[in-house]
This record gives sequence, C-alpha cells and structure tokens, in this order.
Amino acid sequence: MNLLCETPTLSRRSLLTAGGALFAWAYLPRFARAADNRDPRLVVIVLRGALDGLSTVGPIGDPDYAGLHGDIALALEGPHAALPLDGFFAVNPAMPVFARLFGDGQAAVVHAAATGYRERSHFDGQDVLESGFSGPGHVATGWLNRALESLPAGERVARLGGLAVGPSTPLVIRGAAPVLGWAPQALPEPGDSLAARVLDLYHHRDPLLAVALQKGLDAERMARDDSAGAVPMKPKGGLDSAAGMRQAAQGAARLMAADDGPRVAALAFDGWDTHINEGGATGRLANLLGGLDGAFDEFQKGLGERWKDTAIVAITEFGRTARINGTVGTDHGTGTVVLLAGGAIRGGRVIADWPGLKQAQLYEQRDLAPTSDVRAVLKGLLADQFGLSAAVLGDKVFPDSAAVKPMRDLVV
Amino acid sequence: MAASVSASPDPALIALNRFGLGARPGDMDRIAGDARGYLKAELRQADIAMIEPDDQAGDDLPGSTTAIETSMAANFQRKLERDRQAATNAQSAGSAQPAMGQAQPGMANGQPGMANGQPGAAEAAMPNAQGNKPVPPVEARLFQAEAQARFDKALKVNAGFVERLVCFWSNHFCVSVAKDPLVRASAGAFEREAIRPFVLGRFSDMLQAVERHPAMLSYLDNRESVGPGSRAGKNRKRGLNENLAREILELHTLGVGSGYTQADVTSFARVLTGWTMAGREGRLGEPGSFVFNANAHEPGDAVLLGKTYPAGGMGQAEAALNDIARQPATAHHIATKLARHFIADDPPPAAVDRLAKVFARTDGDLRALAATLIDMPESWSAPLLKMRSPYDYVAAIMRAVGQGPKKDPRQPLGWLAALGEPLWQPPGPNGFADQTDAWASPEGMKIRLDIAWQAARQITDIGNPSEMLDALIGPSTSADTRRAIAQAESKQQGVALLMMAPEFQRR
Repeated sequence: MNLLCETPTLSRRSLLTAGGALFAWAYLPRFARAADNRDPRLVVIVLRGALDGLSTVGPIGDPDYAGLHGDIALALEGPHAALPLDGFFAVNPAMPVFARLFGDGQAAVVHAAATGYRERSHFDGQDVLESGFSGPGHVATGWLNRALESLPAGERVARLGGLAVGPSTPLVIRGAAPVLGWAPQALPEPGDSLAARVLDLYHHRDPLLAVALQKGLDAERMARDDSAGAVPMKPKGGLDSAAGMRQAAQGAARLMAADDGPRVAALAFDGWDTHINEGGATGRLANLLGGLDGAFDEFQKGLGERWKDTAIVAITEFGRTARINGTVGTDHGTGTVVLLAGGAIRGGRVIADWPGLKQAQLYEQRDLAPTSDVRAVLKGLLADQFGLSAAVLGDKVFPDSAAVKPMRDLVV
Repeated sequence: MAASVSASPDPALIALNRFGLGARPGDMDRIAGDARGYLKAELRQADIAMIEPDDQAGDDLPGSTTAIETSMAANFQRKLERDRQAATNAQSAGSAQPAMGQAQPGMANGQPGMANGQPGAAEAAMPNAQGNKPVPPVEARLFQAEAQARFDKALKVNAGFVERLVCFWSNHFCVSVAKDPLVRASAGAFEREAIRPFVLGRFSDMLQAVERHPAMLSYLDNRESVGPGSRAGKNRKRGLNENLAREILELHTLGVGSGYTQADVTSFARVLTGWTMAGREGRLGEPGSFVFNANAHEPGDAVLLGKTYPAGGMGQAEAALNDIARQPATAHHIATKLARHFIADDPPPAAVDRLAKVFARTDGDLRALAATLIDMPESWSAPLLKMRSPYDYVAAIMRAVGQGPKKDPRQPLGWLAALGEPLWQPPGPNGFADQTDAWASPEGMKIRLDIAWQAARQITDIGNPSEMLDALIGPSTSADTRRAIAQAESKQQGVALLMMAPEFQRR
C-alpha cells in the first residue's frame, strides 16, 4: 500500500487507506515528453549498515517519539534544533542542504518504508535491497542493472550505461548491462603502452579481465579529460567518512553531467550501523548524515543544467529499533526512511502512512512498522524517469513483485 | 573462458597460488614434484602460525593489554590537552563562549571523528616535546608495527598456506580499526593472540578466545552491554546491546537463516552481559584486559536454541559458546566458507560435505580440516578462476620481488586501501568479500595495473622478466603470456606484465 500524505496526522491512516484504489489507473511516463528536452538521470545511494530513519527525519509531532528515542531524539528546541519539514516531521540539523531542497520542492521523504525483507541480517537485507528479489540468496545481478537491460536496445540511457563509484561495484548495479567503474585514486599512472599490452594479453587469455580493465581505464580517462579540466582527485577519505561521500558525489556528478556520460549511477556509503553512542542532532550519525547532505550538494553543483532532470534516491537495508538500546544506540529494526532529492523530484512532501509509535503499533513491539514498500518508490522512479512499464518492473526488475504497485507522482 | 584454464592445472602452481601466498624465487624448484608434501610439511612446522620474537618486528610488539592500556592513557592525555586548549580559547574569546570540549556529546570516549572511521584527533600528527617534528599517535605506531610483522611473516614462510589460513580466520572473526583508537591499537595483537594460536587447533578454542578478546568486545559493542536486571542495570540507565550476540550466531558460528530467532539473539545478548574489559582506572582489573563484570551480568537462567543455561556467571556464556561451536549448522557454515575460499566461488557440494563431516567427527580440529583441503581431489582439479584478493596480490608481489617493506609498511598498506581491502578494516563484521566478482571490478583492475607498474619501477636490480616468469609461474605459462613478456619494451614493463598476467591474478 503506497499512500500520499503531505501533512500526516495520526488520524489520517484509515482515510488514506480507503483512497488507495484510486491510484490504479495507467499513466504516461514523464519520459515520453520528448518535446521539453528532458534527459533524465537517476542516482541510487545505498546506505549500508541500516539507517536510523527516526533520527534522520524525526516524527516530532508523535507524542511517543521523544520517550522512545530518548536522549538522541530530535527536537525543535535547543542548540541543535531539527529543521522542520512540515507540522509533524523535522530533518536532522546535519542536513541543511536537504532542508533547503525540501523547501524548494526538490526533495521528499518516504517514511515508515521497508523492503519485503523482515529478518535483521545486514548482509541478507542488503542483498534483498540491491538485488531487487523478494528474498536473499540472489547476488549475481542488481535491480538497477536489470532496469538498464530492460530499456530498448540503442535507447540513450541504455546505450550510455551505468556508473559504479568506489573500488568495488555495488550489487545494485552489477549485471549484464554495461557499467563504468570510477573511484578517486592517486597512484602514479602507468604509460598507455603497458595498459595496451596487458589488454592485448587479456583479449587472448582472459576476456573477462579484459572487459573489466578496459572499463576501468575508460572511466579514469573520462574523469581526467573532463572539460572542467579539474586536477586529478586524490582520495580524501573512505566512503564511511563525510569527506569521502562528498568527493564520491563530486566525481560521479562530473561524469554524469557530460553529454555522453552515464545516465544512471550507484554509490554505496558505509558506516550506518549505529549500535552505540549513535548521537542525535550531533555525534556519529549526524556526521554521516552531514556527508550524505554534502553528496546532495555536490550533485546539485556538479550536474548544473542537468540537475533539473535528475532524481537521487537514498535507500538502506532496514531501519533500527524505535527505542534506544542500553548503550545509547539502536539495534537492527525494520521501518526507516527513503530520501529523494533532485530537480526532477516533486518535492516538499513527507510521504507517509504513519503507523504510530505506541508499543502495540511497533513491528514486533520494537521497530517502526513499515507501511510503504521501498520497491514501490524505486518502481515509481524508474517508471517516471525511464518509462519502464509496471509489468517489466514487477517481473524482471523486481521479480515476483507485481503486487507492489509503483508509487505515483514522485517525479515532476 | 580464459584459455589459461587447462584441464589439469600445474600442482606446483596450485600449491603456491591457490593454497599459498605465491612463489618466491626458488620456491618452484623446492617443491620438486611433491606439491601436497610441500604443503603438509608446513602444517607440521612447529609454531608455524605464530609471530615469534625472532621475527624481525616481533620483539617490539606488546600484547593487547599493554597496547590498549597505552592507547587509553594516550586518549586521556589528548582529552586533557583538548580541554586545556578549549579553556584557553574560551578565556581569550571572552566568557560568553561555550567550552569546545562539550561540542561533541555522545561520542565514544569523547573522541570525535574516530567512531565512524574518519581520521580524528587520534589520527592527527601530534607535536612531540620539542614541538616541531610531529610523531604519529601511538595507535598508528602500534598498527604499523603489527602490519610490518605480518608482511615480514608473509615473506618468510615457504608456501604461505598457514598464513592464508590466518587471513581466512582473521577475516571470519574480523574487527575493524575504524571503530575507535582502542581497536586500532589492538587489532594486530588480537590476530596474534586470538587467531594465530588456534588456526591449527580447535574451533571452539578459537571461538572462546575471540569472543572474550577486548578488541572484539569493543568492535561489536559488548563492553557496554549491561543486563537490565543486573545491579549495574538497575543503578544506571544503561542496558542491553545485542550486536555481538547477533553476529556470533549469524557470522561466527551457525550462519544466517540456520533457524535461530530474534528471541535467541536477545537471550544470548543477556548471557553475554558482563563480558567486558577493565577500563583505564583499573577498577575491575588490569586496564585493557578481559574481565567478567558480575555486576553487569544479567542474573538468572537463560534459554538459548531450546536449551536452558542455568545462572552461572561467566560460565553461562562459555557453556553456550561451546555448544554453539558444535552445532551441525556451524560445521556446515565453516565448511562452506573454507571450500569457497580455497576451491571455487560456488564450491562443489561434495567438498563442502566432506569438510563438514571432518569438522563434526574431529570436534572442529582445524589442522584436520587443513589436511583435508590438501587431500581433496577438488582442490587440485578446480580450474584457476578465483581472483587473488588484494592482500594475496600484494603479498605475491612482495614475494615475487623477494623483498617487502623494511621498516615502513605504508606503501603496501596504501595499496591495500586503494584496492578496497585496507588491512584490519573491513566495511562490516562480515569481513571482506571472498568472491571473484568483488575483486575483478573495473576500478580494481585499473588499480592493480597502477600497483604492478609502481612495484616494477621500484626494483633496483631487476633481472630478465622471462626468467622471472619461469621461476614464479613455471612450465604451465601460456604462450601468449610468455610472448607478451618477452616482447616488453623494458624490463620494468615486462615485470609489470608478469604481475598483471592471468596466471598471476587468478588462483
């Protein structure tokens, strides 16, 4: 069930549930509007480790929130006041860029969301989130790659392929469709002659390594030859640091802004497993959220004119316990947030069928209960940005998920 | 598929590359037609897994208790220094300015920036007494000395099969130095104390040693976990943290999806309360050492996996660990991971089955499991498809050149980080990936090329690359690889080609 609720209140649930059937009509993908020169882009940021949605976008209007989330609950008062989004929700003060975009109608939140996975293993949860299958155990290809594969051959997005940022390729974009790899790095460059000879040897002896190395060399060349003529990037930090996240986004934006650059990208940021001393408005989680916020900022700056056609979605394998644990952190949970940003996003809204935080309303009496399916959000984005049909989305991209309808109207 | 994949790979290459850390000059000759015997000889070598005081860097390495105590003392000094600075700043800025020391509530040990892996105050170079030449913080010095000892050992061993087992178990029971300064200071000692003594011993002994080690108790947060019904739990507002309990069941023993429930995880977390480390002030014991804190232990019986463990202080968790180590699911989980590591990404079920049976029959005798791996026909017939992990690749380069870092391991450490496998710093408690796809990535291959070039350029007395090829890969080298190296435009380029050849990358 996917419901729109711009100013959610605890009493609106039944009303909205009844309205769900209205959304079953077919709709024209925004992609079809060739006349307005749209050139859509999609960025997927995977937050590995399970993001605490209740500390990212706090339901400060829920009377049970402050008690459950204890010392790390967000609040509208005090030296580190959360930034209000509407009368009910407020975003962590470490995310001023996101708050600004929200105010400009270019960012949105889907709250109380989860994939179909209901256990609490990070690694199975990430496999489900990234593979797009309904259960763990599928680690060969990811939904984003299969979405690329499902586009008509020769179509621009399919032809230009995807971009994987970081030293290893995230599962979400692994698969048969072509993917460039890129990461900031600073080792001395070997000459072209050595690269050509190694490639030649691979073509004869090891075709798989030939493909991988060729893509790595291509991506490096694109990053080096970009028209901005920027200096080669040196790594500033891992993808579990604020500086590393910002830098990864900067590089990805530069590659994606090019006319012949990839239209789809996947990034994975680590470090969200906040079992201990999580912090709320300041501290460990806030540092990471600041990094994610910086990544949004870099995408907006780096994409320039193309920002208006871009949708960015940040997703995580599951949420964390609603009640803080014995060590001022949170343990593995269920419902969490999906963050959306970009000029293409129909923003300024927190989309939630709010389940409430009373003991009986919590999933297994411990977690924020999921009322939206992350796959519905992703399907909605893929449908609106690239025109993929509900049938393809429900079968090939997210197998066996026909019952999960694409969430409508996420894109302008 | 790669033409280098012949029906019967050369046994010497299998011994050195699939089981070991790669050939040093002369190793191919030393095998002399008996690859299995070469590997088994290593298993019989006394203390083969240990880093001994006569190893180059070994005598400088303190145990974890000392390392942690040193780190805690340094951390305390850094905090005093920050507070002093803050007070000075506040004074000079007028009394309206709040103290900087209060700007980071909720951070572990008051140590901003370290908990999430960022270099923070502990990482920044500190000025020494003279105030000019900066010295790295003590945690970084300990980490580098431990890394140096590991690289030294990798060069010294004949095949490196036991070192590969050390790496396997160290990754299975991983900790991450990104957690906090304390883990950075003790990750190497953790491997020497909780992994190395048991890699040819009993699985349950390794499990007991790992789960009580302060590095693991810190990494997976059990230090702070307090039984809600314990005296400490009633007095203070601290409580349970289920991180260690969950990862023991999911990653260290039974494996995910093997049938345990959320109730088992919570119950086990209660059983594990009280397993902690003595703090800087030594109220519970020698600072930095493992202690059982009865005050924090949840009282009462506990039911775990259908069995009741009577109240019994520290023995309750010991008994539970001993039972979990002997569960069939644990045998199957370990057998699968070993077979995936040494044979193929999708290991033959018969091989997994045989390893699981040996695990069960021998009560988790890891020497017997290692010998079984050597004896299994699958180990010698599976095509050479797996990619060397970054550590294996970097170690193989050092062994091929016959030289590792002398006193400063920062270059190979930098290579490992660039390749996505920074030493003792996995992205999560499930460790680094062990599948070819994870390492044969476009970016990874590009960086391997850069490293091969950098390594080749640094060889001072570089020989004939074709002769190096004979010594390191041997007679099964493909004609294409042989030709490419013979036609290289320089010796350096030839050696870089050798290090990029499929025969050097795959195992």
